[in-house]
Amino acid sequence: MRDVSVVGIGQAKVKEHWERSLRDLATEAILGALKDAHVDHADALYVGNMLSGELAGQENLGALIADQVGLRGIEALKVEAACGGGGAALRVGYLAVASGQFDVVIVAGAEKLTETSNCLTTASLAMAADGDYETIHGISFVALNALLMKRYMYEYDLVPEDFAAFTLNAHANAVNNPYAMFRAPITVEQYKKSRDIADPISVMDSAPICDGAAALVLMPTNRLNGNGARAIKIAASASGTDSLGLQDRRDPLWLSAVEISSQKAYAQAGIAPQDVDLFEVHDAFSIMSVMSLEAAGFAERGRGALLAREGQIGIQGKLPLSTMGGLKARGHPVGATGVYQAVEAVTQLRGQAGKNQVPDAHIAMTQSLGGVAANAVTHIFTN
Amino acid sequence: MDLARNWRLKDQRFRLEGTVCAECGAKFFPPRQVCTECKSTNLTPHEFDGHGELYSFTTLRSAPMGYEDQLPYVVGMVKLDEGPIVEAQITDVNPDALKIGQRVEMVTRKLRAYGDDGVIVYGYKFRPVANGA
Repeated sequence: MRDVSVVGIGQAKVKEHWERSLRDLATEAILGALKDAHVDHADALYVGNMLSGELAGQENLGALIADQVGLRGIEALKVEAACGGGGAALRVGYLAVASGQFDVVIVAGAEKLTETSNCLTTASLAMAADGDYETIHGISFVALNALLMKRYMYEYDLVPEDFAAFTLNAHANAVNNPYAMFRAPITVEQYKKSRDIADPISVMDSAPICDGAAALVLMPTNRLNGNGARAIKIAASASGTDSLGLQDRRDPLWLSAVEISSQKAYAQAGIAPQDVDLFEVHDAFSIMSVMSLEAAGFAERGRGALLAREGQIGIQGKLPLSTMGGLKARGHPVGATGVYQAVEAVTQLRGQAGKNQVPDAHIAMTQSLGGVAANAVTHIFTN
Repeated sequence: MDLARNWRLKDQRFRLEGTVCAECGAKFFPPRQVCTECKSTNLTPHEFDGHGELYSFTTLRSAPMGYEDQLPYVVGMVKLDEGPIVEAQITDVNPDALKIGQRVEMVTRKLRAYGDDGVIVYGYKFRPVANGA
């Protein structure tokens, strides 16, 4: 297998893009990444997306988007792993380059969630869960996370405010990210006053419904030639799975897929969790941040929320999280999110994160979850 | 919603029929063909008796399409006495009075309808048991 590097990044602003289509957003991100990489061709394109068929009546995104960006003829596929599709597309792109199959690969993520009614979007997002045994009961994706958060609070004797620091951190970091959806800081009082979607999860615990697209250009590290100056190496690419439905887990409060993919990634990169300088965690809900920190080995079981409360997750902290706003405040255009995380990790390792620059950042980890961590894709980047 | 998809789930929806591993005795709901504990493929049907305790619950304030007219409603995870967890709506209840660990039992109710002329889907929900029986 060959070492793989990211040589170009591109992204569209995350927001409600009522005036722009999926193809417009994907094209903006991909052209940006090609320009950044100083390349004008690619051998293949992998597009992370979850709901283009359900919400836009459009499948076969690979061919559509390859043609739109002027690359008609190349291999091009959609990669789906629910809300983890972006990370999964990067994993496929990584394998394509590492294996020696291709020398220049574009990984994109694109999603539009805002032009359908809220209840249709809610029903569609729930397709990440078990259709026959979860969603038929009217259980939304938010509700699945709420069930875990309520049990977690019960077992570890916590209150909702114990989770607030994740939300405050994400919003504080998004202020300085021009591509983020919510660029205003919030206070604990605002967190406490926000309305429930499914108790104990409030609007302020939950990533927004939004649109966006992001893209990366990958090349073999030993063939960078003139593209090497700002290249960031992918030191690990790993994924793992758990049961799709929560009901099939013996221990619902432990994210096995996160543990499996994190441990594979640490072994591949030859590092331990404490070596990670920043972590783009899948903070779709604050309970997911907490449980991910535990299963990925950053906190002991039952103590994930303490990391945030003790101020360890800020830009200057021991483990900066969601450094450009995370899913909560940059936004979570589901199938695109894993690619945004990679774009942000590369930005940090290039030293281009501006006011959000993590000091001495050399190892960045991203984790993209599909469903309630039924699928977990972890990447580790180094400069 | 496809008729066949609901018809095929009738044993699960109406009788909580799962499977039991003939090799190691592990019980499963939903049913599965390969035992997660010992990898045996020798599994036979097992009807759960529908009693258990509430593992967690939440009240939805925002619903997926098709469930809006039920808002607000309570869904929960029920740990059956025989082991497996089942997710379902919790019915006949004041959500403010619910507690984790509370005893619940299965009842058969309407889950949803697909329009005035469409399929009506029935299946299990759970309700609190009087006196914690």
